[in-house]
Amino acid sequence: MISKLLTRIFIFSCWQAVLHSVLISAVGRAQEKPYFVTYSQDLEEPGNLEIETKTALGRPEGGNRYGATAMELEYGTRAWWTSELYLDGQATARDSTVFSGWRLENRVRPLMGEHLFNPVFYVEYENTSGADKTILEVVGHDGQDDLAAPNGELRREHQHEAELKLILSSNVRDWNISENFISEKNLGHSPWEFGYAVGVAHPLRSAGGRRECTFCAEKLIAGVEGYGGLGDTMALTMRDTSHYLAPLIGWQLPKGVRMSFSPGFGLTGTSLSRVYRIGLAYEFDQVGRWFHSASGGAE
Amino acid sequence: MIRSLLAVLMIAVCVAAAMGAASGSHWERVPARDHALANPLARQSDAIAAGALVYRDHCQQCHKANAEGDGHKHPTLHSQNIRNASDGDLEWFLRQGDLRHGMPSWSSLPAAQRWQVIAYLRSIQ
Repeated sequence: MISKLLTRIFIFSCWQAVLHSVLISAVGRAQEKPYFVTYSQDLEEPGNLEIETKTALGRPEGGNRYGATAMELEYGTRAWWTSELYLDGQATARDSTVFSGWRLENRVRPLMGEHLFNPVFYVEYENTSGADKTILEVVGHDGQDDLAAPNGELRREHQHEAELKLILSSNVRDWNISENFISEKNLGHSPWEFGYAVGVAHPLRSAGGRRECTFCAEKLIAGVEGYGGLGDTMALTMRDTSHYLAPLIGWQLPKGVRMSFSPGFGLTGTSLSRVYRIGLAYEFDQVGRWFHSASGGAE
Repeated sequence: MIRSLLAVLMIAVCVAAAMGAASGSHWERVPARDHALANPLARQSDAIAAGALVYRDHCQQCHKANAEGDGHKHPTLHSQNIRNASDGDLEWFLRQGDLRHGMPSWSSLPAAQRWQVIAYLRSIQ
């Protein structure tokens, strides 16, 4: 009963995000790169709220096709601190649609200036089930076998995890180069697991045009990201780990909507052979002020 | 385990606070090489028009459409401080931001768009 309700809430939330993205006429622009797994140094602008859905479509060997969506609510708490809530769910063909958990994360820039390498500390708490198939990170010996079992079986596995990332990111000559070092621990049991993600992106045209446009090169950003597992403290080895290489394209649409697409290719036998990702984001400007004004505060 | 995580979190917060407290005034800290940079797009009408669009997309939400700010956390851009700064100072400041006081770093904007915004800001002084 509760799971059905949560599933409906999740689907309703996704639709709401899409409707907001399409219907609301305020201007707001995301500045983020089109990465799906890699984080760059870009944080949410203070007071802004970005709602983004990240969908992964794949088919594990011996399993059914699935679509998994993470809905991300990202708020700029400070210029150097961003907080996020993720709600995850998935639908598997010839199986079921399930809510697969939530995550709460914080990203903090410890250095206030811009440097060649800009570090960001990332701390996340995850309360998900084994049915989570969003693949927002790959760590340890994660593989396609983890995604192939029926949802009923996967949901019995409770993932009560903490994740720490060191994000290093550089903006050099309009190129963004980002490297993430990932460590994850199931708080109930299991060893620390490690992973990585690296990404490179560049706008197709650097200078802005003098007129508003939708289908022009400066609205497009292309790149590539690679990510995978590095084993765990019990077996710190690349053996039986998954690795992916994924070209990316991001498109900044009018009215603050941003779309991104990425076909990912598995590089090892334990990886999914292909995973397609679609992202849709909308940024609400200065949400903090809405509450400030509502409570009678001076703007 | 939880103690270790809390320790890591506390260290991150302390480092952030210490680094934030260490910064000073904007223009005094601009390196000479950046200070001397001239805007390659200065006074070009195309750049000013494009800069107005970039301003609308990224700056207007805080500094307002007329660049007067909100009188509180978001300052006016019609100021002696802006007029006294060199193009290089402004480009450096856009790139660095002032995270401690709420100004994001715009290093993720392409350099050409930063210069276009500066051309626009000069045009409205």
